[in-house]
Amino acid sequence: MILLAAAAALLVAAALALVRAALGPSVFDRLQAANTLGTCAMVLLAVMGFLNGRPDFLDLALVYGLLNVIGVVAVLKFFRYGGLGRSDGPAP
Amino acid sequence: MSSVVSEQKSGERQRAAISTAAPTALRALSVWATLLVFWLLLSGMYTPFLIAAGAGCAIAVTAIALRMRLIDREGHPIDLGVRAFFWYWPWLLKEIVKSACQVAGVILHPKLPIAPRVVRFEPSQRSALGLVIHANSITLTPGTICIEATPGEFVVHALTAEGAASLVAGNEMDQRVSRLEGGE
Amino acid sequence: MNAAIEALSAVSLLSGGFFAVVGAIGLLRMPDLYTRMHAASVAETLGAGLLLFGLLLQAGITLNGAKLIMLGLLIFFASPTASHALARAAFTRAPEHAVVAQEPPPSTR
Repeated sequence: MILLAAAAALLVAAALALVRAALGPSVFDRLQAANTLGTCAMVLLAVMGFLNGRPDFLDLALVYGLLNVIGVVAVLKFFRYGGLGRSDGPAP
Repeated sequence: MSSVVSEQKSGERQRAAISTAAPTALRALSVWATLLVFWLLLSGMYTPFLIAAGAGCAIAVTAIALRMRLIDREGHPIDLGVRAFFWYWPWLLKEIVKSACQVAGVILHPKLPIAPRVVRFEPSQRSALGLVIHANSITLTPGTICIEATPGEFVVHALTAEGAASLVAGNEMDQRVSRLEGGE
Repeated sequence: MNAAIEALSAVSLLSGGFFAVVGAIGLLRMPDLYTRMHAASVAETLGAGLLLFGLLLQAGITLNGAKLIMLGLLIFFASPTASHALARAAFTRAPEHAVVAQEPPPSTR
């Protein structure tokens, strides 16, 4: 019951973050929304694991969290430097 | 208070002993042990083959990290030791809870009483490790985001006037990080 | 399971969900990027932290508990890094956006 409530709250938060991602206006707003959505999804995975009694979901949550961070930093690099390969882009 | 001071003194002596005597070999050993524990926790199956495979993988990763020269005070700061866990983190957690409640109150307030501003101040840390700890602590605390972190200057965005007022040279977080970092 | 731990876990889970929703509401309500990031950090630190803590109380000292602690550490180390990268990228792109309602702050050097 409590777990269901927590999962519902996370779903609401994810939905609100999705609205912000759709509204934008800048690409950085969308990225921040995507990051929040990712964190919500990660904790939701953990909660679902406990809800269904399947602790394997915790591994999924770990992997999802790692991918989330890498994804955000990669997209940021792309928008700042116009590419993913160079680590020594134009000085800020 | 006196206990805090004596704790600091013994910590400093300990750190002085370690930082002169923490060679790369010790750090590499610590990295290997950490990786092996990580493997064992994730795997959850303890057959001899899997444990041996984990130890082998940990050796391989440590060797690669050594070759990339990643294992130094910055990459694997064991010098911070248990003090980071028992002295700095609890205080940071308390600050996070406090300011998160404040920011939550601001968000739910019907008038949205925000006064966003950008503050610049000089951190007292000199090493990259201390600067990173300080900047990450600022960003982790809701209501303040570190935008630019250079040795001479931090550029911080604060949500409210109170949040901005706490960001001056030599504030409590700054002092604590400097003590954690050790005299450099 | 101990009733006190059960109750503490329930309180922690519910307040964690509350802070997650509050942070997401702030993400919608706040006027510009940086203030939105402040709101999101409420959801990411206290919201996620309390939820994971509630789950940790239910898991106890097991492998699952260790994994939950790892999840928490991952959030607490990675999320400020991502936030800082985001703020810095936005600041280099458009520094004038950061100085909405900028008055001379009392505490600059």
